[in-house]
Amino acid sequence: MLRRLFKDIQGDIFAIPGRLIAFIFLITLFFIPLLTQESYILFILILVNIFVIFAVSWDFISGYTGQINFGHAFFFGVAAYTAALLSKNLGLQPWATIPIGAVAATLAGMLMCLPALRLRGPYLSLVTLAMPLILLGVIKAFPDFTGGEHGISGLPALAGSRMAEYYIALVAMIVSVFIMWKLVDAKSGFVRIGIILHAIREDEIAARATGINTIRYKLLAFIIGGFFAGLAGGLYAHFLRIAGPATLDLMLSFQAIIWTVFGGIVSIYGAVVGVYILFPLMELLRQFGVPVWPGSDIMFSDLRFLIFSFLVIIILLFMPEGFAVWVRDKLERECPRCKLSNASWRKECRACGAELH
Amino acid sequence: MFQAFVIQALVTGGVYALLAVGFSLIFGVARMVNLAHTSFLMLAAYGMFYTTYRLGLDVFTAILISLVATVVIGLASYKLFIDRIREHEVTVMLITLALATIFQECMVLAFGAHFREAPTLIPGFIEVLGVKISYQHLLTIAVVAVVLVAIWLLLTRTKLGIAIRATAQDTEVANLMGINVSQILLIAMGIAAALAAIAGIVVAPLWVVYPYMWMNPLVMIMAIVVLGGLGSIKGSVIGAFIIGLVEAAVVFYLPGGAFLRGAIALLVMVILLVVRPEGLFGIVFEEERL
Repeated sequence: MLRRLFKDIQGDIFAIPGRLIAFIFLITLFFIPLLTQESYILFILILVNIFVIFAVSWDFISGYTGQINFGHAFFFGVAAYTAALLSKNLGLQPWATIPIGAVAATLAGMLMCLPALRLRGPYLSLVTLAMPLILLGVIKAFPDFTGGEHGISGLPALAGSRMAEYYIALVAMIVSVFIMWKLVDAKSGFVRIGIILHAIREDEIAARATGINTIRYKLLAFIIGGFFAGLAGGLYAHFLRIAGPATLDLMLSFQAIIWTVFGGIVSIYGAVVGVYILFPLMELLRQFGVPVWPGSDIMFSDLRFLIFSFLVIIILLFMPEGFAVWVRDKLERECPRCKLSNASWRKECRACGAELH
Repeated sequence: MFQAFVIQALVTGGVYALLAVGFSLIFGVARMVNLAHTSFLMLAAYGMFYTTYRLGLDVFTAILISLVATVVIGLASYKLFIDRIREHEVTVMLITLALATIFQECMVLAFGAHFREAPTLIPGFIEVLGVKISYQHLLTIAVVAVVLVAIWLLLTRTKLGIAIRATAQDTEVANLMGINVSQILLIAMGIAAALAAIAGIVVAPLWVVYPYMWMNPLVMIMAIVVLGGLGSIKGSVIGAFIIGLVEAAVVFYLPGGAFLRGAIALLVMVILLVVRPEGLFGIVFEEERL
């Protein structure tokens, strides 16, 4: 049996460069705490893992159904504030508040759908954009209950040690991404939602004409995506031990879109790559306190948003499909006969022997 | 109190109307959501601040320089970055957002993230029924009225205006009728940037000038444009005054209104959209109907 497993791995992972990279990457992530115990690196990686869940859930809602959601921070903020209020007022522990927060975000997703799903295209985007801002106004208007500008601080930590927190965030990330990846798999035999979401994105009217209740599936996408975004929000609140207005910020919603589109929309792994490249890059630039030229008082760390924006523009101008998808297209080629992925340097298909060129 | 409320509503609504008309125009013609639109307002406001206080120029030269510089920046960013990826809707949004961030960071680097003020174009005030109303407020309302009438005349009475509206209705057929579509897009972008710049010049003394001043108006004008029906100029103007009225009413008559003004204005938009999903004056295209 072990031999068969090894054979499967050899055939389905080692033969395809994209999967091989993902596999090595995953293994490395598990061993990072053994290589370095430095608190700061783990801190950044935990945040990266949390934001991976957040960005992938955006891809799930917006990439796969084509309903561009501008207010993804709504789920994040609702879950963060729910978790914070529960642990502050009822004294609940993270293992209870995070799932409850995620469920609250799911309910919020359903609430958002009431107006949103009557609308299409840009109208839907704008209504979703309004949602977190409305909630933000309410939070700032009642500072006694919500902490106002300062938020709610002093939450119980996620776990006792940094390393335990790292593994919690990592496992949560892998499980969430795996579930969402399987759900949107259009080739799957037993989960139909993937292919239906693809159909809705490509042509909603045709999907309706074939008897698919598109409203129900869009609602389902918002609910599932909202749940995982809420999970990220709860983890974030308990990891930083504070839930503040930043969790509902307009920039956070846009960050999710930037990360995902940078890596490649409608691909799940694109969002993962986007966060793993862009988030640490921003942190690196923040640390890079070297003058731009000798003797100037402008530091590279002051230019980080400028550099970030230029990088995003350049990537999008030359790789409109996204960075990860672009790399993948360079590394892999689909066999014209049996539609199997092959390494791009192979002369013939590894399964059917058809000539690749 | 009531007079001040009316003036505030008219000024806010008027500035939003200038911005929203430009935003709506560029959406209608090029089908692109330009998230950098309000940063042109920010650039023009900084232009006024820089030319008058730092360079010491007189007000009219300052207006001219700010206006022209903003339009040139708008056209250049369109030509360089947006033109070639116009078909990818989400990518356009991201690139314009990145552009807005670049403008914002350039202003932070050049002038620091401090609150600045721009010169009032006409100092002084008059008293109407015991309420002081500054000339700047009246000037803003007058400029808004003149510019809106001018843009309406341009769009309905000139050949250029007809070409712009034809492109907005159907780009391909407009192209077949001999309209140079890419030139029309450039002109529409220039007009939109100029409208935002005018709004920035007149409103700079009334608002605080700082690098992040583009965010709040951006959200509001997107709400307005959707409320009025995307691509409809008339709808944008009416939507702008509705939102301006709601904002001013919340600020004047609700406790804690300064925090809630954006929230309630957006709530009004959501409710109106639920009642009328295509906006007040939006057109439902046959293939888009569900």
